[in-house]
Amino acid sequence: MGTEREYDDIPGTYVFDGRRNAEGYHLNMFCKSLDVSKNRQALHNDPGGYLDQFPMTAEQRMAIDNRDWLRMLQLGGNIYYTYKLAAVDGLNMQEIGAAMSGVTFEEFRQMMIDGGRPADGNRYAHEWSDTEST
Amino acid sequence: MPAQLIGGIGTSHVPAVGAAIDHGRQDEPYWAPYFEKIEPARQWMADKSPDVCLVVYNDHASAFSLELIPTFALGVAAQFAPADEGYGPRQVPAADGHPELAWHLAESLILDHFDMTIVNEMTIDHGCTVPLSVVYGQPEAWPCKLIPLCVNVIQYPAPTGQRCYDLGGAIRRALDSWPGNERVAILGTGGMSHQLQGERAGLINAEFDVAFLDRIVDDPAGQAAVEHHEYLREAGSEGIELVMWMVMRGALDANVREVYRAHHIPTSNTSNGLLVLENADS
Repeated sequence: MGTEREYDDIPGTYVFDGRRNAEGYHLNMFCKSLDVSKNRQALHNDPGGYLDQFPMTAEQRMAIDNRDWLRMLQLGGNIYYTYKLAAVDGLNMQEIGAAMSGVTFEEFRQMMIDGGRPADGNRYAHEWSDTEST
Repeated sequence: MPAQLIGGIGTSHVPAVGAAIDHGRQDEPYWAPYFEKIEPARQWMADKSPDVCLVVYNDHASAFSLELIPTFALGVAAQFAPADEGYGPRQVPAADGHPELAWHLAESLILDHFDMTIVNEMTIDHGCTVPLSVVYGQPEAWPCKLIPLCVNVIQYPAPTGQRCYDLGGAIRRALDSWPGNERVAILGTGGMSHQLQGERAGLINAEFDVAFLDRIVDDPAGQAAVEHHEYLREAGSEGIELVMWMVMRGALDANVREVYRAHHIPTSNTSNGLLVLENADS
């Protein structure tokens, strides 16, 4: 699981492979538990106590507490699972898409209406680091 | 007389499309152009009126979770209820299954070297119910029986495009050996280019999508050879869902007739595709 992958140089993308599954299992299963309404209620009533049931790392717990949607992915979260927490918070996919890519919801929504984020310039990590260095 | 495969449909399965239908927003300026484009596919379904729809889709952490991750899972139940995806189940009918044909498929596929997971109890999430809404609108009851076939595309690696294409061929052999005379449609769903996650969220690649639509019609064996990293890079992390269209294509004859095609950008965060194919000599 430690070998380099051909997709590792795609920028801003967290492919959910075995490495991420292993790292994020408990974070993702916390999110999955929110499928059940009594669990949503339990999280609402006592967030700390509810989250204590899931043996996450301190960093993962902080990402959850801060609703840092990008950080969750970096720590093994999967978007279809983290989205369950977003839905509990009343957020839609475009709102967390905006949060993860560092723009406002309005900017993100308009980008999609205008045809989305182009593939050109967004295929390889070096294309991003080149931009940042100039 | 074996089952008759009347054709294949490729369609996106965007949850926002289901929400637009459920909440009566189809005439709003954002949605009206998309819903106009799907009308010919609905007409085709109404004309062909298949007895059974085999819907190839991915479950989105609804019926399955990380506890157990089947690559190919076939639903053999008598009924499939819509899943609660966090805001209550979609207000669409439960779908009646076709256990006899589903079990025939399971047995035939496994003996044909495709090791299916067999599912007796499962809900169906937007991956399955939205395609039904796309092709049927809002009927009181779905006018077909449903056989759901879930493909894992959330946990890397998804099955390859080649494997999906070959599975389609095995599905066709199974249908050809079924003694009933049901009329069957196969739906391959998901895509097209989109990325929900990370700093690259919002990626759309219309050029890739159009090339995919061209190639799945005329050069499916070539498209089947496209590797995961190319889908991920070019079509976005969730664009990998397009491998599920390859199952649909593999079930059809080598030569197909393109009955209808539509492509619409955007629906929510996705590039939305729709393709209707029939066997060329049908």
